Amino acid sequence: MSGGLAGAPPGTEDVESFRRRARAWIRANLDPAPPGEAGIGRARSDERELARVARSREIQRALFDAGLAGICFPVEYGGQGLSLEHLSAFNQEVAGYDCAADLQIPTFTPCAAVILEFGTEEQKRAHLPAILRGEEMWMQFLSEPSGGSDVAGALTTAVRDGDEWVMNGSKIWTTGAWWADWGLCLARTNWDVPKHRGLTVFILRIHQPGVEVHRIEMLNGNREFCQEFITDVRIPDSDRVGDVDQGWTVGTRWMFHERTAMGGGSPYVVRPAGSGSAGLVGSGDSLWPLVVAEGRSQDPTALDLVGEAHTLALVGSALTPRIGASMRSGALNDQASAIARLYSGTRSVRYATIAYELAGQSGLAWDPEAGDPGPGVGYLMRQAACIGGGTTEMARNVISERVLGMPREVSHDRDTPFRDVPRGPAAG
Amino acid sequence: MHLGLTPDQEFFQETTRKFLDARCSPAELRALAADPTGYRPDWWHQGAELGWTTPLVPEAGGGGSISGAGLADLSLAAFEFGRHAAPGPLIPTNVAAYTLGQSAPAESAPLAAWLERLLSGTATAAWLRADAPGMELGGAELSARTGLGGSVIISGRASVVEGGADAEVLLVTARSEQGRIHAVVDASTTGIRRRRLEGVDLTRRWARVELNDLTVPAEQILWADGPDLAERQLSVALCLQQAESVGALQAAFDMTLEWTANRYSFGRPLSSYQEIKHRMADMRMWLEASYAITVAAIDAFDAGQPDASELASAAKAYVGQFGPELVQDCVQIHGGIGVTFDHDLHLFLRRVTAGVPAYGSPAQHRRRLAGMVAQRVAAS
Repeated sequence: MSGGLAGAPPGTEDVESFRRRARAWIRANLDPAPPGEAGIGRARSDERELARVARSREIQRALFDAGLAGICFPVEYGGQGLSLEHLSAFNQEVAGYDCAADLQIPTFTPCAAVILEFGTEEQKRAHLPAILRGEEMWMQFLSEPSGGSDVAGALTTAVRDGDEWVMNGSKIWTTGAWWADWGLCLARTNWDVPKHRGLTVFILRIHQPGVEVHRIEMLNGNREFCQEFITDVRIPDSDRVGDVDQGWTVGTRWMFHERTAMGGGSPYVVRPAGSGSAGLVGSGDSLWPLVVAEGRSQDPTALDLVGEAHTLALVGSALTPRIGASMRSGALNDQASAIARLYSGTRSVRYATIAYELAGQSGLAWDPEAGDPGPGVGYLMRQAACIGGGTTEMARNVISERVLGMPREVSHDRDTPFRDVPRGPAAG
Repeated sequence: MHLGLTPDQEFFQETTRKFLDARCSPAELRALAADPTGYRPDWWHQGAELGWTTPLVPEAGGGGSISGAGLADLSLAAFEFGRHAAPGPLIPTNVAAYTLGQSAPAESAPLAAWLERLLSGTATAAWLRADAPGMELGGAELSARTGLGGSVIISGRASVVEGGADAEVLLVTARSEQGRIHAVVDASTTGIRRRRLEGVDLTRRWARVELNDLTVPAEQILWADGPDLAERQLSVALCLQQAESVGALQAAFDMTLEWTANRYSFGRPLSSYQEIKHRMADMRMWLEASYAITVAAIDAFDAGQPDASELASAAKAYVGQFGPELVQDCVQIHGGIGVTFDHDLHLFLRRVTAGVPAYGSPAQHRRRLAGMVAQRVAAS
């Protein structure tokens, strides 16, 4: 399996010739980036969503055929085996082009990253090249209805039956499970040990009998999030990732890859320079048309708000690479990505507030034929930025405990068999 | 400040740190509180030998940076100044040295002589700065008109000038009909009135300076390259001042983190309370973000990037807003002892507080950024 069809042999190409090759291909083959497609901040129709997914698969296939997919993935699994510097060069060259960056998470990381780190040779060969060719889209089956932040408190259970496992339970907040192919699923395999010691990770085919995908409608009409009901689903033991009951070892790295992706700086995802949640999305430039539309371009209060949003955007785009570099050099440990996560959440919240303020009454009510809803709907969804991908409260715990070394929170479930851990009435 | 310092930069920061450790203990700073100058002139001379005045001046002008990125080098000293709440006119002296280094001082004997004295630490500078028309960054009212024989006559008043009473040389950035000009004058020249002020910092000193028909001969005037020089001066001052604030914030943060571990209430350390932990996490985020934007602004300046001014304003808008919140939260977590004179925390509270209005307040820089945004959007 070779990823490099052009230029030097894979894994040996220097950054500048890689950059030139990427630039030439990108300009010849990619379209301009579509505006405002990413995220749960807006609703889009199923047709548009499916078209976007199909296009994304095509783009990924084209990147693969051009020897530009999986820049930091190993050559033997279809990647290019190149360095972060190569990825960074690609990110710069692809800025402004549609490289399906909005659909890279969670397929490329954390899912593919976890397979790469913990998967068997067969699993890696079965899935990683297919992912890099755009044939497999993956989702995280991690959160459960019974608890959001307490991931290790999973109730979904897999019971061994010969060479198979029988899984029952429910997962939630899986983006796009209705069109995706595979899930990485954390399940309980032992109720008689403390919660972190009775978990196992599985690969789960999403569209099969026994997996019912229910779409969740968010308050803004977005229906990308799903809840799955898993009933007597049989999973071959060969689809187990990592050792039995060692799922938390996998899960810890899984969430590390997720945080790294959220904060920027993951080697496994393409992130066009100057974009993404920590980039200049939400700069003052994006707010200025609102200010002009409201006739407030001389209003000192409006100018102050634009300047504030712009400051926060510039700081965010400086902070993310700094934290990434600090973690790589060892100046900060790898838990420090929680700092970037906390920043991006709190900044997004402030941005939503500023945009709604600047929009004035046009944020409250709008002509449906004049375009998308204004910042009012974004304001209603404001807190999503501090909830999804790990809450900011959890990030504050991680920063204080793992970065600053302050005492851990007292837990009441650490040394108790999970069976005996108190649960609320709704958790069953 | 920066990640991945060169060995030379590490050595430079280390020597400055050791020097300030030895000379600027909190006890020494308290002793200097009563000193009119706020620092000992012999330190300044020694500090110049350590390299506090040369990084922004080209080698041809007698300066030189150790890494080729002069502002990055100098910001290491500024950071240590903040971490020690050290006295001394680091920022205005370096803005003046930078300005003189941008000219061709060999063509002007007085300017060359002043530059040499600033570099050697035998003189310090204060900066009187007028804003460009339409810009509101807390600048002074200083206007220049044409005098005889190519001279200019400057009048006006700068109400708060760092080191203004003690500096031997004044850099005056004044408005004229041809844009802003930069004059370098002996502070003892007739027509200059200086009045010492009391301020929030224990050892930093400010003065009110009035210029009454101050005649400056042509050879002491830099018309330089119009608005660009004034922009770059401001970026230098803003970057150094944020680097200093970040140093003071780091000191206050470290002190407070240690306090939360050692202070017990209700049988538990303060650090075990989630309320305290979450506040320390927020503070740690503000601190890292302050480093990040300050370093981004410094690098943009050193690289001559077109967004250097924008990033310098963003650094000020951010550090000037969240820095004081951080250090006031440190006070709150300390409780009553945090507002006593005997505790060292106020040394850093003072330094950060003094930085807020300097070179334009955070709100003024936010409006400046909005102006840049508006221009860019209009042009696109």
